[in-house]
Amino acid sequence: MVAILELNQVYKSFGGIKANQNISLEVEQGSIVGLIGPNGSGKTTLFNSIVGTHPIDSGSIKFNDKEVSELPVPVIAKLGLLRTFQQTRVYGKLNCIDNMVVSHKPTKDGLFSVFSVMPPELTEKAEKLLEFVGLYRKRKLLAGDLSFGQQKLLEMAMALMNEPKMLLLDEPTAGINPTLINGIIDRLIRVNGEFGITLLVIEHNMRVVMGLAQRIFCLAHGEMLAEGSPENIRDDQRVIDAYLGVQ
Amino acid sequence: MNRQTILIIVLGIIGILLPFIFPAYKLQISFLWILIVLALTWDIQGGQMGYNTFGNILFFGIGMYLCASIQVGMFFPLSEWTASGGEKTFVHEPDQFFQGFFVGILAAGLVPAIIAALIGYGILGLRGHYFAICTLGLGIAAGEIAGGIELIGAGQGMTVPPWPKGIGDTELRAEFFYFLSFILMVITFLFLKWAYQTRFGLILNAIRDNEDKAEAMGIPTMRYKIIGWVITAFFVGIAGGLMGNMVGYIEPVEVAFAGATLGVFMILMTILGGKGTLWGPVIGATVFHLFKEGFWTYFLGWQYVALGLLIVVIVVFFPEGLMGWIREKYPEKFGETVDEEDQKSSVEL
Ligand SMILES: Nc1ncnc2c1ncn2[C@@H]1O[C@H](COP(=O)(O)OP(=O)(O)O)[C@@H](O)[C@H]1O
Ligand SMILES: [Mg+2]
Repeated sequence: MVAILELNQVYKSFGGIKANQNISLEVEQGSIVGLIGPNGSGKTTLFNSIVGTHPIDSGSIKFNDKEVSELPVPVIAKLGLLRTFQQTRVYGKLNCIDNMVVSHKPTKDGLFSVFSVMPPELTEKAEKLLEFVGLYRKRKLLAGDLSFGQQKLLEMAMALMNEPKMLLLDEPTAGINPTLINGIIDRLIRVNGEFGITLLVIEHNMRVVMGLAQRIFCLAHGEMLAEGSPENIRDDQRVIDAYLGVQ
Repeated sequence: MNRQTILIIVLGIIGILLPFIFPAYKLQISFLWILIVLALTWDIQGGQMGYNTFGNILFFGIGMYLCASIQVGMFFPLSEWTASGGEKTFVHEPDQFFQGFFVGILAAGLVPAIIAALIGYGILGLRGHYFAICTLGLGIAAGEIAGGIELIGAGQGMTVPPWPKGIGDTELRAEFFYFLSFILMVITFLFLKWAYQTRFGLILNAIRDNEDKAEAMGIPTMRYKIIGWVITAFFVGIAGGLMGNMVGYIEPVEVAFAGATLGVFMILMTILGGKGTLWGPVIGATVFHLFKEGFWTYFLGWQYVALGLLIVVIVVFFPEGLMGWIREKYPEKFGETVDEEDQKSSVEL
């Protein structure tokens, strides 16, 4: 197995709250991996640690064998490790096409590209990807005018526009119309298969994560509770207890 | 040629003819061009990028003092100039005047731009109110510091070399500065018009709408913020250099680092015209200048009250500025017609 992401004994606390304790995990290149756990178990915190939003207290985070735990956010993103947000973040006063175009990663990103003109092909690519996530008809609307669920889809499309190697998705189906959930599972599988993007998905909906992931990690109280195949996780008494204990 | 290009050309021709149509108002209109430059550049941060700055007056004052000091210092001892009342003791030959002016204006643009690049990394790392307050402090501190430097006349201020004798009259002088400020305004406008159509413009807007997202998407936001700040400093510095020459006399807190007047006006003008638009600052500065001159002529003594009322009217009735108001009324003119059906359509996967 070739690990694209490798976490070793990662710790992160906020004051007295131990949000992540001794987290170690590996994500295999080209796979889809699920990250589950009750609310407040530290999943989003782990994403923030991985992409450099905050410094970790100790431990190591390697992306493609490169230590990234000390790198700033834009640098990690440019290495090809992107995340989407649980509470959506889009450029509200720009329309969907512009949200997409600005998300494109220029091949040459030197000082001279600052004033480069956006090539028209980018608009075409943006439209194709918006079509892919079902937002084609919304392309001229301001991103801020979209519903929460539509903004989640837009964020996903923006991430694809950037052509990352690995994508961390924070609850991609939360707030989305239930009739669309199967469509999203299908799209994520295609993102993984056709675009070759490794996925690490935080997901609350058990049905979704079971249908999507090849391997699942379960957090509870900031610690790694269990890991294994979807079947193992579903039958794991500790996982069942963690969920029942909270809800 | 599209409509906008035609409009720009027509306005450009009007700008060239204005000093001959209204010769008595040459200086007043020159001030308008400077105000437009200040509003356009304020909007780079305040409008397009969403960073409210109160510090642009810093670059204005530095440009002004630097230009004048070079104009004098290239030919005479600066300290004696300021101590002895300047032109009463030393006289610039025409050659000296223009050479000094040329070098001075160049430095008035370049030095503030370099300063912006140097302090940008620290200051532009601040967000929201912290950024606003820090820039406010910069402007105030600069005025205080300039008021303590004897070399440039301290609190007394200094005079700028007057128009050399023997070449034309005061009319020629007025025309010279009219066209220079007009050209500065046109270049600033055309440069920003172009820049906003590139990656630069889109990324400033992305920073405005969600800077964290922009960083998470791998955009080196600091680089864009610094470049924007450098552009602002460059044009504002030149505007300061020109303004010093037009006024003829520089004083630290009311002319050069005039945060309480010009520093506030540049923000008001932009908001009046419409933040984050190319034409907003142009329209805002023009309307503001006309009103302000009118108030100073007809309501003397009450001019600040009238100005205050104008501000209240702007904020209450045109929260998005005049451009925002027009945009809302005629969205199709801005290529913004949105199909109702698209709006209501449901997403299918
Ligand atoms: N920036 C922060 N400051 C303080 N506490 C935080 C911060 N981010 C997360 N936490 C705390 O860390 C714990 C884990 O939160 P989070 O990672 O958001 O959980 P999850 O995503 O699994 O629901 C919670 O107790 C939360 O309140
Ligand atoms: Mg979360």
